[in-house]
Amino acid sequence: MPTGWSYSATERARTGAFDLEENAGAIKKFMFVNRKAPHGSVYALEGLEVVLISAAFDQDVSLAFLDDGVYQLVKGQDTKAIETKNFSPAFRALEGYDIEKLYVERESLEARGLTEASLMVPVEVLAASDLAALMAGQDVVIGF
Amino acid sequence: MLHIVNRSPGERSTLYSCLRLARPGHSLLLIEDAVYAATAGNAAADAIRAATRTLKVYALAPDLEARGMKGAAIEGVALIDYRGFVDLVAGCPVAQSWL
Amino acid sequence: MNFGILVNEGPYQRESSDSAYLFCRAAIDAGHKIHRVFFYHDGVYAANKLTEPPQDDRHVVNRWSKLAEDHGVDLVVCVAAALRRGIKDEILAKGFRISGLGQLVESAIHADRLVVFGD
Repeated sequence: MPTGWSYSATERARTGAFDLEENAGAIKKFMFVNRKAPHGSVYALEGLEVVLISAAFDQDVSLAFLDDGVYQLVKGQDTKAIETKNFSPAFRALEGYDIEKLYVERESLEARGLTEASLMVPVEVLAASDLAALMAGQDVVIGF
Repeated sequence: MLHIVNRSPGERSTLYSCLRLARPGHSLLLIEDAVYAATAGNAAADAIRAATRTLKVYALAPDLEARGMKGAAIEGVALIDYRGFVDLVAGCPVAQSWL
Repeated sequence: MNFGILVNEGPYQRESSDSAYLFCRAAIDAGHKIHRVFFYHDGVYAANKLTEPPQDDRHVVNRWSKLAEDHGVDLVVCVAAALRRGIKDEILAKGFRISGLGQLVESAIHADRLVVFGD
């Protein structure tokens, strides 16, 4: 697990732990929509924190990256010179939390001169129309 | 689905991204600075008019009034108040805010 | 209907905080319930009791507190976002509590609708 991302019992207590008994069986389809580039604002980092917490709730979680959000997944991010925390390795940890549905909009990639090979984790690249269909089937959509 | 857009199209491309991904039969609500998109002469007005063919488009009247633009609202866009906003959210299974 | 609300922006900086409050008030007036208002990113600044706007302008912090007092609305500030921004128990306005991101996810699960107000 990347440094700084610990979800120990203490963190679970701090997260406002979900009452599993009370909510047994409640599974919703959550889609987290990422449209902003990393590092220029806090949204990508704090958005990812929500995604990681959601893993504790056994919901059907997927992530969508479109517009500048696709930049969040670009390989080789190095924040040493801007002296901020490089949180991008946490995307590689998602699989360990059973969050494996990462969708990237094809049009957004192409408009930014990127390809699937530019990205640091396995994703499913979808045309806007297919991503739209997926989005329309969600129970909860949270954008950051 | 109810799509909520709050940024002016003159400032951000959010509205256009929303229109790219909204599906026929969905609803679009413009609030805050996004209400400018639904005003005559705005560069996005044609896109909004086109959207009204497949989406139900609404604009939040209090935000138009705040900006002195209520009289400029284009046809085909329904003006609603906050009660209408609540009813829209209640009436659609999912609300997506485009941020 | 039971609404969950997520407020991602600070008071006064963006209209989002106002939009969220006005939505909550309209929802309550219409007979709905607010499951929880969760404050994230700069939204946590809405809980700062030291806020001192001009007398002739709305007091964003106080009116959230009043909503909690009058209607039992649960106002939750994310602990991680709050710590980053120096929002701590000692400056928390009435009616707010600090808790974890789990409270947001729980609200999204429990509530009939989740509405996000942000940037």
